Amino acid sequence: MGRRAPARSDRWSTYETMTSFLVRRILGALMILLIISAVTFYLFYAVPRDPARAFCGKICPPETLQLVRHNLGMDEPLFVQYWHWLAGIFAGRELVQFGDCPAPCLGYSFATQEPVFGAIVDRFPVTLSLTFGASIVILAFGIVTGMIAAWKVGQPLDKIASASSVIGASLQIYFVGPLLAFYLVDTMQLIPRPSYVPITDDPVGWFTHLLLPWVVLSIIFTANYTRMTRSQMVEQLAEDYVRTARAKGMSNRTVFFRFAWRGAMIPIVTIFGVDLATLLGGAIITEQTFTLHGIGELAVRAVQNNDLPMLLGVTIVGAAMIVLLNIVVDVLYAFIDPRVRLT
Amino acid sequence: MTFPPSTATDAAAEPADTADPAASGSAVVGRSPGRLMWRRFRRDRTGVASAIVVLAFFLIALLAPVIAGLYGKDPYTTYGQNQPGLLNPFGYPVAPNGGMSGDFWFGLEPGLGRDVFTQLVYGIRTSLSIAVIVTVLTTIIGVVMGITSGYIGGRTDYVIGRVIDTLLAFPSQLFLIVFLPVVEAALVLPEEETPVWLRYVSICVVLTVLGWATIARLLRAQVLSLRAREFVEAARVTGASPARVIFKELLPNLWTPIIIQATLALPLYVGAEAGLGFLGVGMTEPTPDWGRMFQVGVNVYHSDVTYLLFPGVSMLIFVVAFNLLGDSIRDAFDPRTKR
Repeated sequence: MGRRAPARSDRWSTYETMTSFLVRRILGALMILLIISAVTFYLFYAVPRDPARAFCGKICPPETLQLVRHNLGMDEPLFVQYWHWLAGIFAGRELVQFGDCPAPCLGYSFATQEPVFGAIVDRFPVTLSLTFGASIVILAFGIVTGMIAAWKVGQPLDKIASASSVIGASLQIYFVGPLLAFYLVDTMQLIPRPSYVPITDDPVGWFTHLLLPWVVLSIIFTANYTRMTRSQMVEQLAEDYVRTARAKGMSNRTVFFRFAWRGAMIPIVTIFGVDLATLLGGAIITEQTFTLHGIGELAVRAVQNNDLPMLLGVTIVGAAMIVLLNIVVDVLYAFIDPRVRLT
Repeated sequence: MTFPPSTATDAAAEPADTADPAASGSAVVGRSPGRLMWRRFRRDRTGVASAIVVLAFFLIALLAPVIAGLYGKDPYTTYGQNQPGLLNPFGYPVAPNGGMSGDFWFGLEPGLGRDVFTQLVYGIRTSLSIAVIVTVLTTIIGVVMGITSGYIGGRTDYVIGRVIDTLLAFPSQLFLIVFLPVVEAALVLPEEETPVWLRYVSICVVLTVLGWATIARLLRAQVLSLRAREFVEAARVTGASPARVIFKELLPNLWTPIIIQATLALPLYVGAEAGLGFLGVGMTEPTPDWGRMFQVGVNVYHSDVTYLLFPGVSMLIFVVAFNLLGDSIRDAFDPRTKR
C-alpha cells in the first residue's frame, strides 16, 4: 500500500516487521499458554474431589492420606500450588516426596515416580518423527494427486481421485492400521513391523519402521488435501493473471507449474496450520494402534492411571507444540505469499 | 423469512397486473425453498441411496432388541466360554473366518466368546445415540454463541472469539482423553465404581464442550455478513426488537449452514466416540461399543482379522453414506456450489 520505498530499505523493513511480528506472536503464545495452564491446573487439582487420594491408591488409611496431601503440597491454597508448579518450570523446585527437581520441572509422575519432563523428552522424538513424516506424506501426496485431478479436470482420472478422496476421508486409523499391518507385515512381509528406531542409530531402519504409521496417519488427511488442491487449482486457472500469462504465449505447463501452483498453495498452508492440532490427535491413535511409545501413548497411560502431574505436563507440552507450530506456519505463509502482511 | 412475505404483498397489491407473463401462467405454482430443496434432493440418486443407508443404521439402532430377539442371542452372554468346542485353548474361534456360522453370523469375539453380530447391532446404539446427542447440543450451543457473538459484537464478540480460537487451536483429541477422567473425578471418588450412565454423560459433556466452537465460528462469520445486509437494516430501522431480528430475519437465512454443519459433524462424533473406546477411555464393559471392538481387534488381528472387519466395514459404510448424504444436502440447498 502507499508509495514504494527504495528496495534496500524495503528489505530492512521486512526484517523489522518479521522481528516485531515474531516477538508479538511469541508473547501472545506465552499468554495463551499461561491461561491454558491455569485453567488445566484448576480443572485437574480443584475439580476432582481429592487428588491426593488418586496418588494414595485404592486402600488408603486417613493418616497416610494426610501425609501424602502434605508431601504433595496439597494442603496449601490452590493458587499457591499453581505458583509453585509454574515457578518449577523456570527455576526448578524441591519436592518433599521425590527430592530435587531441576529447572524445567513439571513434577513427578504419581504412577511411575519418574520426572514428568524427562518422560516427555524421552518420548518426544517418536511423536515428532511420526507427525513430521506424516505431514510430508500428506502434503506431497495430497498436493500431487490434487494437481493431477486439476490437470485432467472432468476426465476419468479426476473422477477416480474424487471418489477415493470421499472414501479416504471416511476411514478410521484404528481400522486401516491393523488391516494394512495384517496384509503388508504379517501376510506379505513387505515391510517390518512398525516400531521406533532412532534416526541417529539407523536412518534406513527409522524410515522403514515408520513407513506404515506415516501412511496410515496421513490417509484420512490426504483425501482432504487432494480435494482442496484440486478446487484451488481450478479456481486459480480461471484468474485474470493466468489469462494474461496465456495471452503472452506461455505454455500450459509453465502457467500451471509456475503461476497457478503458487496461488493455490496459500490456502493449503493455512488449512495445514489448522490441521496440525488434529494431526497430533491422530498421532495419539496411531501410536496406540502400532504400540509406538510416543507422547500420545504416555497421555493414554496417564489417563488410565489417573496420573495428574503427567496429564498436566502432557497437556501443556501438547498445547505448546501446537502454538509454536502455528507461528512457524504463519512465517512460512509470509514467505509463500509476499502480499501477506505480518500483523 | 424476508422474501416470501414481500412477494405475497406484491401479488396482493397488484392483482390486476397481467403484463407479467409468469403471473398469468396458471401452471406456475408457488414453491417454498424447502420444497425446492426436497425436489432437487429426490433427483440426486447418490443422495437418496445414502439416505436409505443412513436410515437403515438408525432403524437398526432403534430396533436392536427386536433384531437380537429374532436372532436369538444377546451381546452379553459369553457363548464361547459356556459352550465347549467354539473357542480353542488360546481363546480364538475354532471355526474359520472368526467363527462365522449359521449360529453366529458374524462369528465370536476372541477371548470372551460373545456374539459379534449382536455386539455390533447394540454398538450402533451407543455410538449413534452419543453422536446424535452431541451433535444436537453442539449445534444449539454453537448457534447461540455464534449469533450472540456476531450480532452483539464489541467486547462480547472479542471474548467469545478468543474462546473459540483457543478451543480450535488445541489438540482436541488429547484434551478429550485428558478431561474425561477430570469430569468423572468431579462426581465419584477414586475408590468408587464408575456407573455406566455416568461415563455416558461425561463422554457427551466433554465432546460437547470441546466441539461447539467450529459451528460457532462459522455462524459468527455468517451473521457478521448478514447483519450488514439491507433487509436486516430495514427491520432494525422499522423498530424490530433484537429478538425479532434474530428469529425472523437472521435465523431463516442460517438454516442451510446449520444443517450442513450438523451433517458434517455427526459422522465425526461417531468416529470420536469410537476413538475414545479404542483408547480405553470410552464406554466401559459390558455396554457394547464399537470403539472397544476396535480395541480388541487391534490386539487379535494377527490371528483373527475377521473380528476387526465387521466393526471396521460397518463404520466405513456409515461414515461414507453420511458424508455423501451431507454433500447431497448441501447441493440440494445450494445448487450453485460445486464439489
